[in-house]
Amino acid sequence: MMEFVAQVGETVTDCLAYVGALATLVTRASYYAFVAPFQGKNSRWPGAVSQAMAVGVRALPILSLITFFIGLILALQSAYELRKLGALTYVASAVAVSMSRELGPLITAILVIGRSGSAFAAEIGTMRVTEEIDALETMAIEPVDFLVTPKFLAMIVMMPCLTMWANSMGILGGSLFGVAQADFTWVRYIRSSLDALYLRDITTGLIKSVMFGITITAVGCHEGFSTGGGAEEIGRSTTQAVVISIFMVIAVDLVFTALFFFAGER
Amino acid sequence: MPENTKESAQAGTVISVRDLRVQYGEREILHGINFDVEHAQTLVILGGSGSGKSTLLRTLVGLEKPSAGQVWMKGQDLAKTSRAEMDEIRKKIGMSFQGGALFGSMTVGENVALPLREHTNLEDSTIEIIVRLKLDQVGLAGFEYYMPSELSGGMKKRAAVARALAMDPEILFFDEPSAGLDPIIAAGIDHLILQLKRAFHMTVIVVTHELASAFLIADRMVLIDKGQIVAIGTTEEMRSSTHPRVRQFLDRVPEPEVSQELDYLQMLTEDSRGTGRMAGWRRGA
Repeated sequence: MMEFVAQVGETVTDCLAYVGALATLVTRASYYAFVAPFQGKNSRWPGAVSQAMAVGVRALPILSLITFFIGLILALQSAYELRKLGALTYVASAVAVSMSRELGPLITAILVIGRSGSAFAAEIGTMRVTEEIDALETMAIEPVDFLVTPKFLAMIVMMPCLTMWANSMGILGGSLFGVAQADFTWVRYIRSSLDALYLRDITTGLIKSVMFGITITAVGCHEGFSTGGGAEEIGRSTTQAVVISIFMVIAVDLVFTALFFFAGER
Repeated sequence: MPENTKESAQAGTVISVRDLRVQYGEREILHGINFDVEHAQTLVILGGSGSGKSTLLRTLVGLEKPSAGQVWMKGQDLAKTSRAEMDEIRKKIGMSFQGGALFGSMTVGENVALPLREHTNLEDSTIEIIVRLKLDQVGLAGFEYYMPSELSGGMKKRAAVARALAMDPEILFFDEPSAGLDPIIAAGIDHLILQLKRAFHMTVIVVTHELASAFLIADRMVLIDKGQIVAIGTTEEMRSSTHPRVRQFLDRVPEPEVSQELDYLQMLTEDSRGTGRMAGWRRGA
């Protein structure tokens, strides 16, 4: 029994330490992103642009396809129930609201974890193994500043953009069903989608997406930095980065959804 | 240990190491190291694999923290420097890593330019000229647009030296400069180190286990074994030393069988396992 309690205690402290390490990394990255440039240090925006290309722009084709399908699936699934009530016209609002409040940000985050979170961990992990991180330090270049800050900036800019795009593509996917099966015209479908949306639905989704972006960057980079020696370690930390990021994103999603729910009640 | 205790504060002493101890977790790797390096001198740190020589080098450049003792570099105790002071010291040193440690996503030229872009306000055109100059110094003129992956092992090391030279350092550190290179390329690297020393009067610290190369480039030598200094002195003093451990190392006598817990030959062949966090990957380098 005592052993069990000790085990639980150890796991909890490990988790807290992990979250603490992530928070430290985020704090340092934000310092180098927003404070250090005003103290005469190099700005990391130029590096962030190329990261933004990799994280954001190159993700657009696959993101469009996935969220288009998700929108279509949502329309089909909600139509299955709504048809029984003869409320097929509500398909448009069901798709629009669930895409912008939840699925847009979440699907975007999952895709970005797979494309970029894993890449961050692999890149920094490889640099750790080949002594490139040590080389940065001996050149008096702070690795967090040089490696994490551009990724961090790229993510907090690109995640909301990608999410907006995902929302639109989802609604477009839903409209395919609406026009083909529910007697909508394209214009009427889009209009009733927009009518159903409040600004709050979109902003909560965007706020969540920024939080997801910060989480994904922190986990990916942290796993990269904690890579041990050897090539097999890079694979391990990449896998870890993906698994932990997915868990953390869902946890952050829960926290913020609950927060918005109770804040919206008032 | 002769001649190394009192003159620490003397002018001309660039690095002083006093009773240096370094631990990884519970295991102590270096057990009280003392030596000095004079200005414009080349010190070669010799030692077998697992002797702690790479750890010593990593501690000298501030990558490892001493658990006790001090490293004085240009009159400053590394353990007591702030981050900003450490950065200032690091701008005056250059380090060439064993595998080169060039950034794979940048061209050779961008690699050499990186410290200049980070620490100076020089114009791009000036930086370009400096990069060409540094690459020319290491015999890599015209390679600035190559990616590190397109270079051979010896060229990577040369490029790494060019990057280490970018900020015109006063002290240059080399980790195993000739490891993994064929004899001709390795001799080329030795020649490069000698040239740099003669042309720029740099203080050079080299960690190696290659005897021929060590005797060629060294002014003074330190032999480290099991985390302790066995002998220290000029190349002549080393050659004429009668210390059994020195003789064994210089005459390449294998460890007598079953006498030690670790087989010396095995130690030599299994390259520097356990000397650093990165030790594992070096097998392939």
